[in-house]
Amino acid sequence: MAILTKDEAKKIIDKVLSYSKADELSANLTGGRIGNIRYARNAVSTSGEGTNLSLSVTAAFGKRSGTATINEFDDASLEKTVRRAEEIARLAPENPEYMPMLGPQTYLAADPYSQNTANIDPAYRSQATFDSIDPCRKKNLTAAGYMEDTTRFTAIGNTKGLSAYNRETSVEFSITVRTADGTGSGYSTRDVTDVSKLSTKDATEIAMQKAMASTNARALEPGKYTVILEPAALLANVDASLMAAMMNSLDARNAEEGRSFLSKKGGGTRLGEKLFDERVTIYSDPTNAEVPAAAFGGGGGRFGGGGSDGRPQEKVTWIEKGVVKNLSYSRYWADKKGVKAIPPPANFIMAGGTESLADMIKSTEKGILVTRFWYIRAVDPQTLLYTGLTRDGTFYIENGQIKFPVKNFRFNESPIIMLNNLESLGKPVRLAGNLIPPLKIRDFTFTSLSDAV
Amino acid sequence: MKRRDFIHLSGMGMGALLTAGIPATGIPVLGNSVVPEYLLEPGVDVATKKRFADIALNAAKSKGATYTDVRIGRYLQQFMFTREMKVQNIVNAESYGVGIRVIANGTWGFAATSNVTPDAIARCAETAVAIAKANSKFQTEPVVLAPQKGVGDVTWKTPITKNAFEIPVQQKIELLMKVNSEAMKNGAGFVTSNLFFVNEQKYFASTDGTYADQDIHRVWPTFTVTAVDKAAGKFKTRDALSSPMGMGYEYLDGLASEKIAAPNGLVGYRNSYDMVEDAILAAKQAKEKLTAKTVQPGKYDLVLDPNHLGLTIHESVGHPTELDRVLGYEANYAGTSFATLDKWKTKKFNYGSKLVNIVADKLQPHSLGKVGYDDEGVPSKEWDLIKDGILVNYQAIRDQAAILGEKESNGCCYADNWDSVQFQRMPNVSLKHGNEKRSVFDMIKGVDKGIYIIGRGSYSIDQQRYNFQFGGQLFYEIKNGELVGMLDDVAYQSNTQEFWNSCAQLCDKDDYRMFGSFFDGKGQPSQVSAVSHGSATTRFNGVNVINTGRKI
Repeated sequence: MAILTKDEAKKIIDKVLSYSKADELSANLTGGRIGNIRYARNAVSTSGEGTNLSLSVTAAFGKRSGTATINEFDDASLEKTVRRAEEIARLAPENPEYMPMLGPQTYLAADPYSQNTANIDPAYRSQATFDSIDPCRKKNLTAAGYMEDTTRFTAIGNTKGLSAYNRETSVEFSITVRTADGTGSGYSTRDVTDVSKLSTKDATEIAMQKAMASTNARALEPGKYTVILEPAALLANVDASLMAAMMNSLDARNAEEGRSFLSKKGGGTRLGEKLFDERVTIYSDPTNAEVPAAAFGGGGGRFGGGGSDGRPQEKVTWIEKGVVKNLSYSRYWADKKGVKAIPPPANFIMAGGTESLADMIKSTEKGILVTRFWYIRAVDPQTLLYTGLTRDGTFYIENGQIKFPVKNFRFNESPIIMLNNLESLGKPVRLAGNLIPPLKIRDFTFTSLSDAV
Repeated sequence: MKRRDFIHLSGMGMGALLTAGIPATGIPVLGNSVVPEYLLEPGVDVATKKRFADIALNAAKSKGATYTDVRIGRYLQQFMFTREMKVQNIVNAESYGVGIRVIANGTWGFAATSNVTPDAIARCAETAVAIAKANSKFQTEPVVLAPQKGVGDVTWKTPITKNAFEIPVQQKIELLMKVNSEAMKNGAGFVTSNLFFVNEQKYFASTDGTYADQDIHRVWPTFTVTAVDKAAGKFKTRDALSSPMGMGYEYLDGLASEKIAAPNGLVGYRNSYDMVEDAILAAKQAKEKLTAKTVQPGKYDLVLDPNHLGLTIHESVGHPTELDRVLGYEANYAGTSFATLDKWKTKKFNYGSKLVNIVADKLQPHSLGKVGYDDEGVPSKEWDLIKDGILVNYQAIRDQAAILGEKESNGCCYADNWDSVQFQRMPNVSLKHGNEKRSVFDMIKGVDKGIYIIGRGSYSIDQQRYNFQFGGQLFYEIKNGELVGMLDDVAYQSNTQEFWNSCAQLCDKDDYRMFGSFFDGKGQPSQVSAVSHGSATTRFNGVNVINTGRKI
């Protein structure tokens, strides 16, 4: 059984801790099941399901620590693992940045688990795939898609009294539909905690519409354009993304060491400075009902994790009205600086407006609608300049209406500049375990054209 | 190394910190952490593996499979991470299990298990057949495999002279500490250095009658040096100019005979790497980058070092000539390809200038992709992708080759672990060197307005591998045949066909070197593969260079 209950997990962890002879010992027990189904050319290409249950034990003597893992759970194996971790810890060099383990913590009541998702079986995956392929076949379109469902738990405990348990589920689905002549392509993606909220048919319908509408794309000159970036263009679960790049850069140590866009000329950080449009507010909250996340690090946090040291995930405001309000700290760096050790977020929620995507298009005089970006890579970490391309549905908007599909563009842009050029924000939707609104941005920089469809 | 030696070495202060899972670098770790001596234990003997494989083949056949292959894999990894004078982590990992792939009802099925026992293997084979049959519900065309004759019992091993896992942990850490201290002494503010070692012990068997036992080794030493100017609020980095290689620890010998002199004191490393020497140079160059002149955008003739051009080859030739992309299997993720079947069928598509000859192979000595047999039991070979500038072939595996009516696979099938299903992955894809005697010094002498680019930087290309923007580690301005100083904020943009048609000059075999990638990602769920790309320094005329400098 790969998914243990809180009591079952605690029993194993308590047994492990009872074998300890180290100054400190922690046990991290994880288990889960991942199922997937992949299709292309309107047929399933691969499908599988796997389970795993694993125990990781870390022992410490002073500033020396060692870790051993095992996936056998009889008493002898558990004790052997503890002894091996201790042995390695005794032999290891001192780590000057080692921090003592945490004692008991208080965690928020997060619940990122759905029994519906845990109940997914191969027949469900097969039907969900058929619901996506069948409408494409009927319209002479070609579907390529992927669905992955995860059910997992994490339990941690240590000899200082820390104890935590989390179980969570998620389903990610993405679909690309292409026209038979290869001149049109459309994309749609969804992710949910509860699979009953996922309709592969509905998501595929959007990709189909985009594919059919994107044939015979016209070329526009590269340059600065007003763009409406759909959530999948801002955040991706298959590639780097502009918003994830920015959120991942909110690290205090890098900023203070002078190697971050948040480093201040002459030393120090830009914490407290207004760096974005005042409508930009981003916070994290593991208890949010739409994007629930683990309440402690190591629970498989969906956005950067949060480490495995058992620190509580709390509601943290990272950017408020355009001002950088908080940075994440490792425990070592926080201790050195005498501040609270805020872990990186397990999710993020960007405040938006009430407008739908259709409303945002309606209010646009001239602009480009972007479905998705691709192959986003950092060009300059100093300015967070990134490059990448539009893909799978790029359209020209004029006088509040989509006029015609346009050829794909390459962009060179920084999320920092982008979030200073905000025109409007739409209603946030879930993507990659986070909530993000579609954004209308002026002066977004496209530097060249691509003939790729 | 025996257990006693490990304790002795560790007692000197260089023990191993063993951590499970994925380290902070995001490097994929495929196994469970183990103590280092486990990496030297022999795996299961060949006779036992053959017996296990036959159990899988027979079990699948009895349930209705018309084709079955089985991979019994033991995957060993050792990754070392340091920062300044601190050892951040040492990961020793082992992963062992069986993956079984079948065709039943004309449909693929795959299952894997870490329980390598006769009963579990038989059950796993039956599961693979059941999955195939379940998925056949929506199958419209049955899978057909290009023929492949069984080769019987065969073995293959990467020809290494020093098994990296036999080198004491202390010796490796001392090397990284030396790298870091020399970088700091020479102007680095920060430095991280890493060593990656991989050993794939892979047994493949199929109903074609192949039983292939392979022992594959790879190494990759690398670092990143950062120079900071706090007063100016600037920082610059320079990464190592090493290449991941299909070699043992001998790659780190730093043999003088394998060094190639390049302008501005740069060194080209062929089949042997001097990590300390490169770190010293990197620290000086990272500092120099802080005050480098920002580039004037415009058209330049580019002189591209093999350590840079390799990734350009990878992105703009390697990926678009993957037949699974051409056919649409990667449409939802990595994309399709502009190099469509109609272009290939004409045998007239000008992929590049007449100088451009690009070969795919799994035979090149010391390369990452060199193996005896692929993960469908197809023996390794070499073939042309682009000949005299014309697109002539793709990279294929058996079921794709059959779709095109080809008589055989190119042997490009690979899975990154026993529990991953194998699919089409890139072999080594390399640009042939020129035949006329020409060094990089000679080449630069002939350039009036150009940029000499070294090392892998920011790389981005569209989903059909057409429009790209590539950066690098080091950029030197060329004026009237001479290097006149370092440039900053450089990236070049082109499309694949225009770029390769602008190829104007090649250095000769004495300048030929390999670039490599350890973690080339593809597929859903994503898998990694390792691949090399060889070339000599090459000139491309009139390429569009942009300035990437911004103010925030």
